[in-house]
Amino acid sequence: MIWEVFRQERKGQAFQHAGALSAPDRTFAEEYAREFYGRRAESQALWVVPREAILEVGDFVDELKRNYHRVDGYPLKEKLKEARARAAVSAGEGNQ
Amino acid sequence: MSDLLLSIADDELILGWRDSEWTGIAPFLEEDVAFSSIAQNEVGHARALYELAARELGTTADGLAFDRAPAEYRCAPLVELRLVPDWARTIARHVLYETADEVRIAELKAGADTELSGLAAKIDREEAYHRIHARMWAERLAGEPRFEEALDELWPYALGVLPAELRPHLAEKLGRPLVDAVERGEHTEQLEPLWEEMTMVRRSVPGAAW
Repeated sequence: MIWEVFRQERKGQAFQHAGALSAPDRTFAEEYAREFYGRRAESQALWVVPREAILEVGDFVDELKRNYHRVDGYPLKEKLKEARARAAVSAGEGNQ
Repeated sequence: MSDLLLSIADDELILGWRDSEWTGIAPFLEEDVAFSSIAQNEVGHARALYELAARELGTTADGLAFDRAPAEYRCAPLVELRLVPDWARTIARHVLYETADEVRIAELKAGADTELSGLAAKIDREEAYHRIHARMWAERLAGEPRFEEALDELWPYALGVLPAELRPHLAEKLGRPLVDAVERGEHTEQLEPLWEEMTMVRRSVPGAAW
């Protein structure tokens, strides 16, 4: 049975994934988690979670490229390039 | 006093050595790391006890650990047995030894010598984790014929870890009968090869500082 271990370095901080270990039950999992992720005072708390208890969600669809609601921001590079190209074309038309 | 210190320190050193023989070949990776770490703790306890004894005897911890002849060691036969690659017997010894050690440490913690009782308390805080480890394995293997046979086989050896007056307490804790113990004092023939290997580097350059 595989257990995922999350480690909190200091009180108040978020738990971060530290790694995984193999153990037949909760008691063994606790023992090995202490040994692998706690013995050197590198953690102040651990979460030890059976891997099958984790609901993994992925595969996010964005077919219509509605990139304005992305958390990494609104990429302008492409739009600016397109706008410059349009401006160049219309300026050319004006000269005629 | 130094007699008592030496018998406990020798138990811890030799058991630490025996447990470390599993490093790299324990049943699975997680247990390999955990059991090696227990081995390392036992050797650490031995060092602290040797240091205390060394002051009394006017020598050094290394001198006590490595410069005596095999016959001068005071360890109990239980810790001398080479049990690799038998995990059932290894865990049986672990469970028996940790339980006996708990009885012995409790006695030291309550003793009049404050330095020794302080050290015993420190050691006990680490041993508490060894006991958790031993118990979880004992529960897991309970009823397995190989494990139960190993407990029966090693029980007289476990009694020999403790002085006679503490044995009834151990028997009661484990629900086993008081039988004739395999006493400390006579060594098994398995100690000498261990000693050869353990002291090899030290003997190769006598008097060198490492």
